[in-house]
Amino acid sequence: MSILVYIENREGKFHKGAFELVSYAARIAKDTNTTVVALSIGEITKEEMSRAGTYGASKVITVNVPRLTALDNAAYTSVIEQAVSLEAATVVVLASGFTGKAIAPRLSARLKAGLVPAAVTVPVSYNPFVIRKKTFNGKALAEIQVNTAIKIITLNPNSFGLHEMPVSSEIVEFQPAFSERDFGTKVLSTDKQVGKVLLTEADIVVSGGRGMKGPENWGPIEELAGLLGAATSCSRPVADEGWRSHTEHVGQTGKVIAPILYFALGISGAIQHVAGVSSSKVIVAVNKDPEAPIFSVADYGIVGDVQKVLPELIDAVKAFKANA
Amino acid sequence: MKILVCISNVPDTTTKIKLSADSKSVDTSGIQWVINPWDELALTRALELKETTGGAIEKVTVATVGTAEVEPTLRKALAIGADDAFRVDINPQDAYQVAAELTGLIKANPYDIILCGIESSDYNGSAVGGMLAELLGIASVSSVSSLSVVNGEVQLTREIDGGKETMVSSLPFTAIVQKGISLEPRIPSMRGIMTARAKPLQVVPSFGTESLTLISGFKLPAPKAACHIVDGENVKDLIRLLHEEAKVI
Repeated sequence: MSILVYIENREGKFHKGAFELVSYAARIAKDTNTTVVALSIGEITKEEMSRAGTYGASKVITVNVPRLTALDNAAYTSVIEQAVSLEAATVVVLASGFTGKAIAPRLSARLKAGLVPAAVTVPVSYNPFVIRKKTFNGKALAEIQVNTAIKIITLNPNSFGLHEMPVSSEIVEFQPAFSERDFGTKVLSTDKQVGKVLLTEADIVVSGGRGMKGPENWGPIEELAGLLGAATSCSRPVADEGWRSHTEHVGQTGKVIAPILYFALGISGAIQHVAGVSSSKVIVAVNKDPEAPIFSVADYGIVGDVQKVLPELIDAVKAFKANA
Repeated sequence: MKILVCISNVPDTTTKIKLSADSKSVDTSGIQWVINPWDELALTRALELKETTGGAIEKVTVATVGTAEVEPTLRKALAIGADDAFRVDINPQDAYQVAAELTGLIKANPYDIILCGIESSDYNGSAVGGMLAELLGIASVSSVSSLSVVNGEVQLTREIDGGKETMVSSLPFTAIVQKGISLEPRIPSMRGIMTARAKPLQVVPSFGTESLTLISGFKLPAPKAACHIVDGENVKDLIRLLHEEAKVI
């Protein structure tokens, strides 16, 4: 028996999100008296792999097959399916991100294993196996009971945190088998920025809305984000106006994020926007309208013109960093 | 080519969610039901493709799994422009059951392109599209932000972490679509509403599938404490609070 956790490596490195998943899996392993096996696809050094041991993975399986360079949902599902069988996994944990959302449903259907998507807690009970997830865009929490022998969980980023639990980890290479049916898709070209903080995984997000008045005013948003090591995002009208790329749109039909700190600058806080950011741990709002709905979900707020407040905010962060 | 758009019937985003007295279910009284926003964008794109590819797309069908109560949502999809509709008559217990019922439907009525929204705004599961593709044994592409049909070939863009990829897929396949697939959802015209009444809406009995999970109960999130308003003349104080009180910087 084991808990299998699929962790992504980006350009050969594990990121915080991967270690959060291992921490989460280690907690379930501890509760159920079993061990954690981490699975990684793609080229990675032994040294980097062993870092998963810091968070409780006693075995790390690496699959390095050129055909898996680009994500094919069915092929990746086949790899994880074989690892589940090899390690007699009873629980499979993935991140509720781009890759996890692509693979976990296929794996669930293939193994006839119940899926809890976008979980926000460790199991609240193991018998029956029940986990909480957000529903109705955060307006209610549902307790999902899984009745199948194998359980699959995708975990929302930043919902468990990092917890060190050092163990020595065995590193194993694995050569999976494929069927031709596995590679139904082909990537023709990739356009990717490397090294930038990912919006969906960032600890801090600085977001601008219509109150910013125009794309030419985004300099201070970028500056504040740079100072804080944050990602930038925007509200829907900003993306629709073409002031910013739609990949930055957070909200109901855009990206759903859960950073530790979210700055809503010149964003009124329509319910569709709040649906995308309500899982943030702390929300700071700056808006000139004291009645703006964003203040009903914010933890801290400043009532004022964002164009005037933002430079002061930048100065205050600079002063804070100088003294830190 | 034939396109199927899978439709989910969800509460309007502005709906206040109330629970039943025993917290085992959501109180559906007073809920305004709409087409799931992502499914609406998928349908809009399917119709655009049908109109702009010179007969390459012969038909756009919509399908949902649910009881008779969800039919107004299917009628709305017909009013927007779908050619015909299926409703599989069962109240599904989870995403797997939705996918399994749709699989039964699609095996009996094959499609070349199956579109699903990336998430439904009720259970936020992001699961049906991938499960459906797996059960049908066909390819799936997730986070699809553009889809076109050129000379009988499907070309796609998917959003990946930190960028995007252009792709092709074998047919049939399932595209799980997100923001960008079409700009604005189409609104039914008066003529669309009139003609929708006469379009075929077939009710199909359940294929006898089972669910893998169940919802044992709901909880409402704890109410949020009032916003701490900081004086705009003293922005430094905000940074101090974020550091000392909230401990987030």
